[in-house]
Amino acid sequence: MNRMPAKLALANPKVRIGIMVLVIIVAIAAVGPYTTGYGPLDYTGDIGAPPSREHPLGTNTFGYDVYAQVVYGLRGSLAIGLLGGVIATLIGVAVGLASGYLGGLADEMLMMITNIFLVIPTLALLIIIAAYIEQRGIGVESLIIGLTAWPWTARAVRANTLSLRSREFVYVAKLSGLGGARILVSEIMPNMLSYIIMVFILQFGGAILYAVGLDFLGLGPTDSISLGVILQQAVLWNAIQLGMWWWAIPPGLLIAVLLTALYLVNTGLDEVLNPRLRR
Amino acid sequence: MALLELHGVSKVFSHGMGRVTVAVDNVTLEVGESEIVSLLGESGSGKTTIARMVLRILRPTKGRILYRGRDIWRLGRRETLWYYTQVQGVFQDPYSSFNPIHVVERPLLQALSRLKGVRGEEALRRVREVLRRIGLSPSEVLGKYPHQLSGGQLQRVSIARALLVEPRLLVADEPVSMLDASTRIDVLNIFAEMRDELGTSILLIGHDVSLAYYVSDRVVVLYRGGVMEEGDVSKVLDEPAHPYTRMLLDSIPRLDSRWRGRLRLHEPLHAIGRSGCLFADRCELRFNKCAARPRLVEYNGRRVACWLYQ
Amino acid sequence: MLRVEDLRVYYKTLSGYVRAVDGVTFTLSKGEILGIAGESGSGKSTLVNYIILPKPPMVRIAGSIVYRGIDLTSITPGELSKIRYTGISIVPQYAMDALSPTKRIRAIIRDLTRGRAEGDIEEKARERLRMVGLPGDVLDRYPIELSGGMRQRVVLVISTLLDPDVLIADEVTSALDVTMQRAVLEMLASFRDTGIVRSIILVSHDIAALYQVADRIMIMYAGKISEIGPAEEVIGDPLHPYTRALIDSVPRLGVRYKTRRLTGLKGEPPRLASPPTGCRFHPRCSVAEERCRAREPPPARVGKRTVYCWLYTGG
Repeated sequence: MNRMPAKLALANPKVRIGIMVLVIIVAIAAVGPYTTGYGPLDYTGDIGAPPSREHPLGTNTFGYDVYAQVVYGLRGSLAIGLLGGVIATLIGVAVGLASGYLGGLADEMLMMITNIFLVIPTLALLIIIAAYIEQRGIGVESLIIGLTAWPWTARAVRANTLSLRSREFVYVAKLSGLGGARILVSEIMPNMLSYIIMVFILQFGGAILYAVGLDFLGLGPTDSISLGVILQQAVLWNAIQLGMWWWAIPPGLLIAVLLTALYLVNTGLDEVLNPRLRR
Repeated sequence: MALLELHGVSKVFSHGMGRVTVAVDNVTLEVGESEIVSLLGESGSGKTTIARMVLRILRPTKGRILYRGRDIWRLGRRETLWYYTQVQGVFQDPYSSFNPIHVVERPLLQALSRLKGVRGEEALRRVREVLRRIGLSPSEVLGKYPHQLSGGQLQRVSIARALLVEPRLLVADEPVSMLDASTRIDVLNIFAEMRDELGTSILLIGHDVSLAYYVSDRVVVLYRGGVMEEGDVSKVLDEPAHPYTRMLLDSIPRLDSRWRGRLRLHEPLHAIGRSGCLFADRCELRFNKCAARPRLVEYNGRRVACWLYQ
Repeated sequence: MLRVEDLRVYYKTLSGYVRAVDGVTFTLSKGEILGIAGESGSGKSTLVNYIILPKPPMVRIAGSIVYRGIDLTSITPGELSKIRYTGISIVPQYAMDALSPTKRIRAIIRDLTRGRAEGDIEEKARERLRMVGLPGDVLDRYPIELSGGMRQRVVLVISTLLDPDVLIADEVTSALDVTMQRAVLEMLASFRDTGIVRSIILVSHDIAALYQVADRIMIMYAGKISEIGPAEEVIGDPLHPYTRALIDSVPRLGVRYKTRRLTGLKGEPPRLASPPTGCRFHPRCSVAEERCRAREPPPARVGKRTVYCWLYTGG
């Protein structure tokens, strides 16, 4: 374990750039809605207008302000990433820890369930689930994504637990009279914390991407907006063909930048935490 | 009644597809009150596996392990806690014995709290006292993380944890093999003091014959999971009977003499297999009887498993 | 054969230099086995690795390493790698665990000797393997199929296949069982006796093992030499207080706690990022005086020995 993991991590240029970009994106989502007088679904009176002082990113076919849609949509997308990522990470870590530490029959059962989830074509399942739920908000979408994205995390955490379980300090804890659950939570899990953080970043990005996929198929939230929903409508109403680039490019670009930043943080952290990749 | 008894204990590890390793093969041995018993053996002798079975980390495949007559693998939850107040362990790698993310006194305080019911100021007082007793100044240890201490310091903190529990039996698995020569002897002296002053029994696992000679009362010589020879140090190490014990004593580098002649190295033949004498494949004195497994028999004040003495 | 003069090799770290080797001078003569003993952090491994495998973060601050009239510290890495295997060969610690797991021994040998060897290298390898008690079909095996002792012997055979002048062996027996340890040490001695190698530097934390085969022994402490001289003398009648404490702390067969209680060294070895002034052993030395704290002891000749201790400077 490193002495000052946070400090070391920030010394890595990839981590620094990635975090800087993320901070800017989060700031846009936080402050953005206060910089526009329009709501995402407010009719402005202008239809298909190019960017101007009044509408920084123009308006779309329905007369909605694209800037307002993007900043509110960003909020939605980040919320899905956060919620979906947290759910998937929590389930994955819990299943992996239990499976790795308990071993035996419990391990076999848990891994069987995990493997089943792993081979189910997730997107197909998502489509089916999403199609059956008529009123879909951001919460429901996050839940669907979180409940299907955890298996690989569970497998990775299990492998990690297995290797930590046979370390001598775990035996010492046992000899000191600590119970299995205590050992798992206070001795094994903290040693995986950096790893769990990386897993969460991956799950966060994965959830956003999955949500875009669902939105694009028209299975996104029905009562709120996300970047994917904007993109889907832009494509559906031929924004590019009609020359309304301001409708399609900004949300797409934002998703790309967001995922790139997450990727940078993740590979950067990997370099810091994984001694084999250290130069 | 002996403090600890192993009756026909075996441990078989299976690697799937029918492949197995016999790590411990039908071992029977005893540890009495306030004595140091050394389990001597090279890698693959099963000595660490025995230590782990006694510490309830690994479950034996066959046989029974009794502590004061009670089968340690048939203890309930509360009895297991009681067992750990009686039997404690120290492991080989001082660095891996401590959780890298916690301060080093944490396992000491945990042991006091869980096994002795001692917490708070009193617990800290006891920790300081035991550290001083073991030759460490509390200020150089308390609040430190494992990477801030040397291997020798950490190993002493490890022993301090076991000492705090005041066990009747300490299982020490190669406790000095990763330490520098100049600090090894201090750890052995601590063990001898525990035996002489507190009456603690110690099952000392190791491969260094001189260290075993220095501190133990009895030795058990293991090879490929089986007991070759067992008895008082003065018998087994001064007048070794088993060809393996003799080879072991001939091979150790000594500071008072140099090796004479060259060691004849016999590569294991694996012709005889596990049904015969476990050492037969490398034994110079092998003869036709060795295809069967010799039993441990009394011979000249020790017990030896060799057809030469049956 | 090899002359190391006032060598200082530090490790560059974020918080400054770690003085791993700090002013070491010795000569390796033709035909001798020099044993270098020391505990963890004594710098013994850094010293021998720097001779032929210098790499960052090791930094040479001062000193020279002269082999056959060439100063190894002044030549390019390319020239140094030409000397490796043919002139000075090293078996680093853990080399036996670093053999490529996907290659047969035959392929490993071919890769290492490519462009360097003459004649039928495979036949030579087979013969050498036989010499150390291994069957020739080891060539067709993968490293994982061999036991630790077999692997270590294979590594030593490979490292000496080109008959180097000097073989440096760093802790080659520490991972082996005692019976195998003896076999490997005797095998090294026979390499020297039969002229496969001319001289050997044997590094180990186990002075008793070194004593069995070394002609001379050098004891290191905290990056410096404390004593160097004929093995019999250093072990039988140690002069430096550190050597004495070290040898006294190793129990001999026949010594029992009940009849003769031994004591170890008090205290901890110094941190090499900020070593103590004067003699580096003075904080743990039972006979330290004022001058030991103030100044470094100069080398003192006592018979065939060189001792770095104020007790022997005659002053």
